[in-house]
Amino acid sequence: MAATKVVVDPITRIEGHLRIEAQAENGRISNAWASSTQFRGIEIIMQGRDPRDAWAFTQRICGVCTVVHAVASCRAVEDALGIEIPANANLIRNLVHGMQTIQDHVIHFYHLHALDWVDVVSALSADPAGTARIARSISPWPNNSETYFAEVQSRVKRFVSGGQLGIFANGYWGHPAYKLPPEVNLLAVAHYLEALDWQRDVIRLHTIFGGKNPHPNFLVGGMACAINIERAATINAERLEDVHGMIRRAQRFVEEVYWPDLVAIAGFYKEWAAIGGGVSNHLAVGEYPEADVRDSGRLYFPRGIILGNDLTQVHPYDHMKVKEYITSSWYEYAGGDGVGLHPYEGETKPRYTGPPAPWEYLQGLDKYTWMKAPRYDGRPMQVGPLSRMLVAYASGHADVQALVTEVLGKLGVGPEALFSTLGRTAARGMETLLLARRMNVWYDQLVARIRGGDTATFNRTKWDPSTWPAQADGYGYLDAPRGALGHWVQIRDGTISRYQCVVPSTWNCSPRDAEGQMGPYEAALVDNHPLVRPEQPLEILRTIHSFDPCMACGVHVLDATGAPIVEVTVQ
Amino acid sequence: MFSPNSHPWSADETLGRHLEKRGVSRREFLEFCGGLCAMLGLGSSFVPRMAHALQSMKRPSVIWLQLQECTGCVESVIRTSEPTIGNLVLDLISLDYQHTLMAAAGHQAEAALQSSMKENAGKYLLVVTGSVPLAENGIYLTIGGRTAKTILEEAAAGAAGVVAVGACAHWGSVQAARPNPTGAVGVGDIVKDKPVVNIAGCPPISDVVTATIVHYLTMGRMPATDAEGRPTFAYGARIHDQCSRRANFDAGQFVTSFDDEAARNGWCLYRVGCKGPSTFSPCPIFQWNSGTSWPIGAGHPCIGCTERQFWDTMTPFYDRLPDVAGFGVERTADLIGAALAAGATAGVAAHAAATAIHQARRRPLPVVDAPVRSDPPAPPAAKE
Repeated sequence: MAATKVVVDPITRIEGHLRIEAQAENGRISNAWASSTQFRGIEIIMQGRDPRDAWAFTQRICGVCTVVHAVASCRAVEDALGIEIPANANLIRNLVHGMQTIQDHVIHFYHLHALDWVDVVSALSADPAGTARIARSISPWPNNSETYFAEVQSRVKRFVSGGQLGIFANGYWGHPAYKLPPEVNLLAVAHYLEALDWQRDVIRLHTIFGGKNPHPNFLVGGMACAINIERAATINAERLEDVHGMIRRAQRFVEEVYWPDLVAIAGFYKEWAAIGGGVSNHLAVGEYPEADVRDSGRLYFPRGIILGNDLTQVHPYDHMKVKEYITSSWYEYAGGDGVGLHPYEGETKPRYTGPPAPWEYLQGLDKYTWMKAPRYDGRPMQVGPLSRMLVAYASGHADVQALVTEVLGKLGVGPEALFSTLGRTAARGMETLLLARRMNVWYDQLVARIRGGDTATFNRTKWDPSTWPAQADGYGYLDAPRGALGHWVQIRDGTISRYQCVVPSTWNCSPRDAEGQMGPYEAALVDNHPLVRPEQPLEILRTIHSFDPCMACGVHVLDATGAPIVEVTVQ
Repeated sequence: MFSPNSHPWSADETLGRHLEKRGVSRREFLEFCGGLCAMLGLGSSFVPRMAHALQSMKRPSVIWLQLQECTGCVESVIRTSEPTIGNLVLDLISLDYQHTLMAAAGHQAEAALQSSMKENAGKYLLVVTGSVPLAENGIYLTIGGRTAKTILEEAAAGAAGVVAVGACAHWGSVQAARPNPTGAVGVGDIVKDKPVVNIAGCPPISDVVTATIVHYLTMGRMPATDAEGRPTFAYGARIHDQCSRRANFDAGQFVTSFDDEAARNGWCLYRVGCKGPSTFSPCPIFQWNSGTSWPIGAGHPCIGCTERQFWDTMTPFYDRLPDVAGFGVERTADLIGAALAAGATAGVAAHAAATAIHQARRRPLPVVDAPVRSDPPAPPAAKE
């Protein structure tokens, strides 16, 4: 039987614009291509700007992971200029980034990923009493009554019977790959709706420290939110108590809703623990500094590299071994398509060679995406919650080891189950649980410092450009919700001469490199991967969503070729 | 917490009948309309009209295109507090196409778009986030192999109204900052044959988006706008004129360095770069995330994100706006303006100040009581 060509474009329930093409044979995927179809050129725009403004520009790379580029940018500039931020500012950044990750992971599970596993239509035939029984058996969450689930079901029933299906129209309902009993489907639908309200509340932590969300404000040298417990317009006891409440509510929802739901649903899909593993190298740059950010030995989630899924050894990470290739990407290098370049010497010149739009297929073309291909020491790397949990597990992180052991035991599977589509989704939940607990520690530390009289949030010694060296290079790392992120900045005579980001989704969505090695999305799709109905590509969505794609983040460009910057005329 | 509703709004009933079933009394309903009128800057005489319009309304189809963007505007709308996103999607509108939330992908997603455009031709509301890249024949953004420009033109052709949400859809935003490598433009640069309302901001406050949609649905037309196409109920006044730290500005109490004594007193951020004097936005009044705070309230200067070209005109962000400190911007502007009018030679700094302030002030004054005609619906205020 000849291979069937499959195109999924747009991949929905992600950030940004992603196209997946594949070939299917006898119910399996035999080949796959991941294409990013958007390009914005933000790094070109960075040239000639004030480095203290860079966080705001790069923050707009992504409004979903809305703090990660801003913080990585601040760290890169602070690294270049030798700025150490006050301990309070570091704790506030940890709280802001921590809440970002928790909120992001929960939204991902319920609103972006769940509909791959949960059949909304099946929930209509559930017995609400049965759902309540199941819910009570896995969690003490108060909304576990039969009445509650009956009302949710009735609401969805009337919505469906009204004929206007809105966001649920044309879903793959009734597809044979859906395995949950109706009662569990109803449980998940109820929590889909509850999570929408929950996220709106807990993310207000960003508003208190950064003034708004999305896109809260940051500051090179610390944070702009002054602390003064004697004033109304500053961070005071009232603001801190509001933050404390959000941390408590975040933890409770994660412990009593997200985590139990995830484990319960995973139990019905254990075969996905042997599907979609793909690239077996993992990179974690590490995150949540417990001291100065340069002290890579004091990160809550440790830094390191796993090769070939070998958990007996953690290799050290050296950012100088990161190189980007454009063999399959719509760019050109002065040195040709075969070379890889480190971000400090990176060059990018967009050069579209694809067919004119509209087109039908990109598969088979030498170049097929706006995404570059980053490689570490020549190897493709997976990044994200799974990579972080694996590096932490292999590094002897006590909290992670205990949780991994508990989960594997509950599901009755071995550690090899982690290297899979299900493993990525489960690791995201584990990480959320650990972070939700860790937030209390950072909060308590912040309050203790304020009680002790230290309210500093900003280091002003290098604020004035006259204090800067004529040349300064900096690297800012951050392990974002979707994985390892790096910003590289070069400052010359007070302005940015070069700026580059290597982003989680660039690692994961990377195309084939000069050696023909597939990127993680592509490799996962051809790793023991089913596709029962090519015209209803539900299984492709499961694996792609398990990476939590963030495409706007992934595509970026640095122009090191000195192209002239055109002045705009402002009216 | 989410409160489930056993009576969702079905396609075949009016809102009036629907609310009746949900046990909402006439009095409660009129109170709701009154609150909405107040938020939209409409006088109390419009309450009965709004009530009538709302009661006879059916669940309208909304098509939401996401173009060259960061998805921050979608995230902002997901944070909306009243109505909540759950109620919005299940009860108030039929959201037929929206990438971030919709279950279907690929061909099924595009089929949903096509069928909604066909079935609701001339009636659906088109919401757009993101800009349109025009360079290189539009290949910097394709969806399903088609360019953003093609997709937008097709969707706009059958739309009853177009709402451009966020700075990217308004004018291009960060990707349109110099040198605008992809040739990004806003929705209004493509859609010329019908009114486009711009919900400015990077991102905008979600409540402004939902209030604009409700205004359109109830009034039968878009809200009154300023020269930038921004609804005056939200963008009619400068941040500086509504700022809770304005008294500190007038008293000469300025933060001169972050985390200094003045910052710890919550004083004015003008000297560390605040763009509030040149920015029209409802941040100080509506506030962010269920009224929790707002940028200046959390100690950071305004970066002017509701203004066109702010990435180039408002940067460096930490440089102060040109002004003679101590008397307030209006007074300075008036003095300089008068001097220029008299033909006096102004210095470079004064000229820069006058330009910046003139730019900020040239927008029309807010329309407090927007005229509403019973028939036929008037077109929205024309753009400049």
